[in-house]
Amino acid sequence: MSEPVIKCENVYKIFGANAQKMLQESNGNVDAKTFQDNGCIVGVNNASFEVSKGEMLVVMGLSGSGKSTLLRCISRLTDATGGKIFIEGQDLLQLNNKELIELRRNKMGMVFQSFALLPHKTVVENIAFPLQIKGIKTEDSISKAMDMVKLVGLDGRENYFPRELSGGQQQRVGIARSLAVEPDIWFLDEPFSALDPLIRKEMQDEFLRLQEKLQKTIMFITHDFDEALKLADRIAIMKDGLIEQLDTPANIVLNPATEYVRKFTEEVPREKVLLIEDVMDSSKENLGDLKVLKDEVIENVAEKILTQEKSVAVIDNNKNVIGSINPAKIINTVFGGRKKNN
Amino acid sequence: MELLKKYPKTSQWLFLLIIFFALCFAIEVPETYKFIRGQAEFVKDPNQSSYVFLGKEVRYYAFDVFWRLPPLLGWLPIWINDSLFFLMNEWMPIEIWNEDTQEFKSRPIVLQISRNLTAFMTFLIELIREILLGGLETIVAFTSWDWIDKNPWAELPGLPWTIVAAGAALLSYKLSGKGLALFAGLTMVYISIFGQWKPSMQTLSFILVAAPLSFIFGLGLGIAAFKSKRVEKALYPILLVMQTMPQYAVLVPALVLFGVGDHAAVIITMVVAIPPMILLTILGLRAVPPEVIEAGRMSGCNNFQLMFKVLIPTARRDILIGVNQVIMVCFSMAVISAFIGAKGLGFNLLLALNQLNIGLALEAGLCISLIAILLDKMSLAWANKQEDYFGNLTFFQRNKNLLFFAATVVIGIILAYVGTFLFKGTFNYLFEIPHNKGISTADFWNKGVDWIFDTFFVYIKAFNTWLIKEVLQPMRALYLRMPAIATIVLVVGAGYLIGGLRSALVVCALTLFIAFSPWWDRALVTAYMATFGVIVSCIIGFTVGTLCFQNKHSANFMLGVCDIFQTFPSFVYLIPVMMLFGITDTSVLIAVIVYATIPATRYTIEGLRSVPAGLHDAATMSGVNKFQRLTKIEFPLAFPHMMLGINQTIVFALFMVIIGAFIGTEDLGQYILKALSDKKGAGIGLTLGICVAFIALIFDNLIRAYVQKRKKHLGID
Repeated sequence: MSEPVIKCENVYKIFGANAQKMLQESNGNVDAKTFQDNGCIVGVNNASFEVSKGEMLVVMGLSGSGKSTLLRCISRLTDATGGKIFIEGQDLLQLNNKELIELRRNKMGMVFQSFALLPHKTVVENIAFPLQIKGIKTEDSISKAMDMVKLVGLDGRENYFPRELSGGQQQRVGIARSLAVEPDIWFLDEPFSALDPLIRKEMQDEFLRLQEKLQKTIMFITHDFDEALKLADRIAIMKDGLIEQLDTPANIVLNPATEYVRKFTEEVPREKVLLIEDVMDSSKENLGDLKVLKDEVIENVAEKILTQEKSVAVIDNNKNVIGSINPAKIINTVFGGRKKNN
Repeated sequence: MELLKKYPKTSQWLFLLIIFFALCFAIEVPETYKFIRGQAEFVKDPNQSSYVFLGKEVRYYAFDVFWRLPPLLGWLPIWINDSLFFLMNEWMPIEIWNEDTQEFKSRPIVLQISRNLTAFMTFLIELIREILLGGLETIVAFTSWDWIDKNPWAELPGLPWTIVAAGAALLSYKLSGKGLALFAGLTMVYISIFGQWKPSMQTLSFILVAAPLSFIFGLGLGIAAFKSKRVEKALYPILLVMQTMPQYAVLVPALVLFGVGDHAAVIITMVVAIPPMILLTILGLRAVPPEVIEAGRMSGCNNFQLMFKVLIPTARRDILIGVNQVIMVCFSMAVISAFIGAKGLGFNLLLALNQLNIGLALEAGLCISLIAILLDKMSLAWANKQEDYFGNLTFFQRNKNLLFFAATVVIGIILAYVGTFLFKGTFNYLFEIPHNKGISTADFWNKGVDWIFDTFFVYIKAFNTWLIKEVLQPMRALYLRMPAIATIVLVVGAGYLIGGLRSALVVCALTLFIAFSPWWDRALVTAYMATFGVIVSCIIGFTVGTLCFQNKHSANFMLGVCDIFQTFPSFVYLIPVMMLFGITDTSVLIAVIVYATIPATRYTIEGLRSVPAGLHDAATMSGVNKFQRLTKIEFPLAFPHMMLGINQTIVFALFMVIIGAFIGTEDLGQYILKALSDKKGAGIGLTLGICVAFIALIFDNLIRAYVQKRKKHLGID
């Protein structure tokens, strides 16, 4: 595997007057309660992880869990109190103001929960804004912005003002703006939280379509566990500044690391989340004629498998048999007790 | 006891009132007390006491300290005055090379700075004035008088009024569209054919220097205060006082520092216009959502880009209100600064008012108001202007406004040239219609005023007498009857009950300043006039606001009317009341009421509007009728915002009361006006101004404390 695009090592963010001093004294053993008694609030507590190229890491947590703070540390909208953050190998916290601006102008894009559009600029002006900030000529930036308008499906509305658009449309503008400079890294801070459920679903699908095309490295913040499961390559679940668990959606559903994580997974419709691969057995004996791809979502093939008497062979993309699954396993997975599986 | 426990707040207030009245009755009026037998008057009278502090002798009539406090601060105005003179004439002399006499000359640094500043301002004003009206000062500034003598062609002839009018219309068209263009054109034509061209252009040149400079400095200081807490902390108290200081009062020190004329007027206008601009800039920048700032940062803005491309445009709404305020203040000052020799419409207006020529005053006032509205609308349109990136325009289309303007210039010059033949021997009306040689409706208005007077004299007189005898005199007597100690106890007690110890201390300090100044009695008279004005204004404002709120269109209409009325310079309000009531206290009070009703109405409507729609529905579903909804839901929730309106009403009322001194009242304003013509008036004027500002700040403090508490209680923001 190549070098990770984003790499965090023991990142802390603590708010308060003498946060720095207290962090040094605590030797990395930060207890939120003690800090709070001393007038400090712990935003991010010892976060270490990597995000590799083209991967989508979804950070999930309830409000106040520090997920947005973590994102702001990594985009350096706030400075982390301790730890190291590397963006493509560059030490983010060592960058001076000019280098930081250069990094943001070329490598980073960010989408905000409240859209954060400039009210005095039209759709196309908003999208062209980061380009114009870079010093690109008006004509070029506007024509590039028009490409973006088409990409997010807002053609014909380029001269509207943000106030004349619906929430979903405004967020499309936000997305287009963040993509205008063709960044490698894409930060999304609860981009769909302010939208209606139907629009939210539509935007999620649209987002997946875009990501398929663009293959950006993404950090996506959400408080919606279902959204996290739907979008993520990996999910980090945060509570009180701590990352409780960081794993693939399947592993989180199947092996919740803590009681807190388990509560989220309880109501999850597993057949919609888990893949055949996640629940298959490794034995390749006594197989029937039916073969299913390992990447299939259980829901889509469950009916086929449940009508079989024998175990069903699981194959990979090269049609090699790599394991098996029997109907009992499916039933167990879907209806089995919500306790720890396997 | 039961009752005390049940209504703790009410009983506390009752207790306070009981103490107040007990003090009022316990303290006798001293036999020697006669109203305002000049505690501040510098006449020698053997009955006076005196003390010396900092080398300044203060003379005053001594009373029982419970009745009136001795003027312990009486030395302050004299001291300010002497210090100013010292600064101007003696402090830190520097050597300056004199071109004419070819030798070094010693001059105090403050005087030199003030000279340079005034020279710069004069240059700017003359530059614009000469483009509009012609003249040669600017050219002389770059060359010399000798050169002009040899090259008489270089004297600027000024633009013919046709060009300026068409130019204004074209600019308005480019900024906004046909409506504004029509308004601009008609305004200019009106000004011209009514013979107000020259003074109007003089005023305009004054505004065009003062307004942009105020805007730039206000914005700059606002940004500095937004960025640095320290700057804000240093600025804040100055801003508060300046916002509530009557504009009159600032004139006097300016007179000492900058002399007489347009340049002093510009500087003083800036001093008055910058504070609201700063405050609104800070307010606007604060209100920018943090995510928008982050979005700007993530777009790769540097600090400069973040400020000017993200923060300021996003805060545009509040900053525009600031611009509106700047323009308002500038026009207001354009009139007031006529007292210190500014030329233009304001001077004509004052002159006409002085001669009781209501018709002429009305015309001048109308011109000022029209130009004020025009500039206000143009600045608004400029800020909201949109660019078109997609239109595939030809050269002609892109530059059509410029081309049209060029054409207008040519046509205008040709017309003016033709005019020289047409109007041989008389004035060239196509070039400039001289002052008072246009159409004038002054006679008509004057006859109208006479007619009103003749017809309604009996009724007006009766009303006037009734008001003065039955309402104003008793009220005034009541105010003056309050012993100083009782007043202080009342005010400080109210401060404590509303805002706690902190409020009480602040209010106490402000009141003591006034009490220790030599003008306590005058302050009481000012307070009585303001109180009367505020009470009536609030009743009218709340009623009108509430009635208009019942219907969306009428509410919008009323807000529009408030906007326009607010743009009128404060002095203009004196014209119609003088038409009706002549030179009496009634006139002043009615002007106060009209002027102060504007904020009362506006804040009532806005406050009622801010009540969430969900609550309306909830109330309706609970089966309340319209009246119940108003009294039970809307008023309580809108009340904090309406209180802020009262705050503004008080400030407006005080301003107008002070301006009313021009008609002749016996309050602080009268002394400020007096100080204007006094060689040693600077200190007096400034101290008086601070006294007025402090009266406003006492109420400001109490109201704000109350609003904050109430808002917290109601859970609004």
